[in-house]
Amino acid sequence: MNFDDTPQEAEFRAVARKWIAANAPKEFEEELSKSSLGRIRLARHDMVEVGKAWQKKKAEGGWACLHWPKEYGGRGATPIERVIWQQEEGVYGKLTQPFQIGEGMCGPTVMAWGSEEAKRRYLPKLASGEEIWCQLFSEPSAGSDVAGLRTRAEKKGDNWVVNGQKIWTSGAHYSDYGLLIARTDPNVPKHKGLTMFFLDMKSPGVEVRPIKQANGMQEFNEVYFTDVVIPDSQRLGAVGEGWSVSLTTLMNERMSIGARLATGVPEMFEFCSNLMLEDGLAIDDPAVRSRLASWAVKASGLKYTSYRAISALSKGERPGPENSIGKLVSGLMLQDIATYAMDLEGAAGSLTGTDEEQANGQFQQMLLSSPSMRIAGGTDEILRNIIAERVLGLPGDIRVDKDVPYNKIPTKGR
Amino acid sequence: MNFDFSDEQKQMRDEARKFLSEQCPPKAVREVLDGKAPYDKALWKGLAEMGFLGVAIPEQFGGAGAGHLELCVIAEEMGRALAPVPFSSTVYLAAEAILIAGSDAQKQKWLPKIAAGEAIGTLALFEGKGNPSPKAIKVTANGGVLNGVKKPVSDGAIADFAVVAARTGSSGRESDISLFIVDLKAGGVEVKSLTNIDLTRGQAEFSFKDAKAEPLGAVGEGWSVITQVLDRAAVLTAFEQVGGADRALEMGRDYALDRIAFGRPIGSFQAVKHMLADMYVSATLARSNCYYGAWALSTNAGELPEAAAAARISATQAFQHCAKNNIQVHGGMGFTWEFDCHMYYRRANAAALGLGSLSYWEDALIDRMRKKNAA
Repeated sequence: MNFDDTPQEAEFRAVARKWIAANAPKEFEEELSKSSLGRIRLARHDMVEVGKAWQKKKAEGGWACLHWPKEYGGRGATPIERVIWQQEEGVYGKLTQPFQIGEGMCGPTVMAWGSEEAKRRYLPKLASGEEIWCQLFSEPSAGSDVAGLRTRAEKKGDNWVVNGQKIWTSGAHYSDYGLLIARTDPNVPKHKGLTMFFLDMKSPGVEVRPIKQANGMQEFNEVYFTDVVIPDSQRLGAVGEGWSVSLTTLMNERMSIGARLATGVPEMFEFCSNLMLEDGLAIDDPAVRSRLASWAVKASGLKYTSYRAISALSKGERPGPENSIGKLVSGLMLQDIATYAMDLEGAAGSLTGTDEEQANGQFQQMLLSSPSMRIAGGTDEILRNIIAERVLGLPGDIRVDKDVPYNKIPTKGR
Repeated sequence: MNFDFSDEQKQMRDEARKFLSEQCPPKAVREVLDGKAPYDKALWKGLAEMGFLGVAIPEQFGGAGAGHLELCVIAEEMGRALAPVPFSSTVYLAAEAILIAGSDAQKQKWLPKIAAGEAIGTLALFEGKGNPSPKAIKVTANGGVLNGVKKPVSDGAIADFAVVAARTGSSGRESDISLFIVDLKAGGVEVKSLTNIDLTRGQAEFSFKDAKAEPLGAVGEGWSVITQVLDRAAVLTAFEQVGGADRALEMGRDYALDRIAFGRPIGSFQAVKHMLADMYVSATLARSNCYYGAWALSTNAGELPEAAAAARISATQAFQHCAKNNIQVHGGMGFTWEFDCHMYYRRANAAALGLGSLSYWEDALIDRMRKKNAA
């Protein structure tokens, strides 16, 4: 048992470290280090532009999408080398946020299901950040039950005509391409009538509208489709095979085990170490210590769970559904920590003005943003189902709509 | 990175699991549970023959000289099987105290006997209610004899010797505390069995009346040794707790697959499924914290105090959580004497206290994290 690299891993790390030291945009290092809890903002620069520049540089040096084959813009690196790269990239990895959906989900789907021509045309530009991709799966009435989606694609000659609405699309407003799942046959059970496409987000009839979120910010979009034409050559997989194709996308989402999830624990520890309560520092209060310790062991448990996954990866094992626990644990923990930090401030805990707020208002922000952590990318409940069914082997829930044609499924309560 | 046990260590775990599933089925645990025997003597002998009792004891003192990682994998299996033997008291507490502080002669005297299953040892630390603290120690050591009362002492009624923390000064500092070895068969100690919630492991009270005692380590250094022993035992016990948590989770999962209600397996209901998923999450987080503890223990790393506290807290919470919800998944059957659920529930809640309570370790973790942050 050790934390050491193998000789090959150590060599790879040294090369990566040297390249990063010579090429990283150091002018942003301090600002990126400060932006914690997944919230990245650069005061005087556009995040996407700075990200694109870094991604391009990486692509030129052979460090973009490095686990992808070379002919598609990658490096042909092993999964463990990808993890090592992420560790070395450190804070600059935050700049890759606009490309993560493309790299993690859309690209692998095109790679698995696209034609050779499509792969050579689209993947290198996705890898280099020149073209950004988004994922168009969720709909207003198809969230956890994504196979219940309504957006229609109808065949007209060699083309498909799409009408409908998608929601919660990160980055749709700056994306060039989108991975779209649509219903091509409403007369068969819901999983069987779906087909996967990709499309140019500048196509006529595509309208992107930002969503004003519960926390007051705008990070996601609604995307409306009105008679949008998609050539049949942009279909991925067979007609009616969209559900299987989408599983490739979702499986790849879980591969990204190297990604560090924010837990809020270091921020909370620092906060409690400095906050004066009536009887002294918060961290000297037994009740505070007990809460803090319980969160700290969850955070360390997550950290060492990821180390175990990395070790398995290093031995060539594939990561599985057990990696679902990261978001499940950290999402709720962020919310609980934010609530408790504000509780310690008493009545003033609700204030968000710059003169009043403690710790730069990070806990107030965390409180308002944390509900989304427990919903996006699989709700807590869906993640528990995944663990129960795919790790523990429990039976799936009984599905009343399983063999019912999609257009016969009730859409409202009785 | 290879943050995992080696193939040889995993093989040893498999061997231990196989051995315990044959020699320590629930039926054997119930012999002790039902008061028919104070501990499973045949199992104890078998563990010695397998070399498990001395796995971390150096060869020169009669052990296998393997190491603490090997002891961790065995501990996990002992917890999983609820082995009704004085393993933790003898191996994690007494043997570790002697390994840390013992003279060569003391090591020669006791360690080979421990490895051979010929001596049961324990640590007599607590004196009634409260957590480990030098201030709580009132038993006195004067002129080579001990006086006072210790309780609870794990496996005290079946122990042959005890490592005893006693007061040798009155300055109000940690250096007032020293350790002694007492041969419990030599007279001067009245041993009384105490009843406790875990019927598969005994607790006792020791009353020392001019009991002969031999110093273990230097006078005034007892508390520092106790702290080290507790950290090591915290990691090893955490492995037992994780083993128990995993077994409780499996029992719940198996029952949820088997039990039909409302015309379907209860494991298909999300209310049950989610309860089991949450048990898996706590058991997994605990296991990962334990692995870090095992690494720190086996390398004697400076991180051990923090890693031990984290493993202890996480494993305590996980075992309690899994044992409690295992009964819930079983419904009424889980509350019968006949089903094994209560044995895990009893063990989970007794193990949560044996080395000091959860709040004690939470407090310790925060102190240790602060120390690290300040450094």
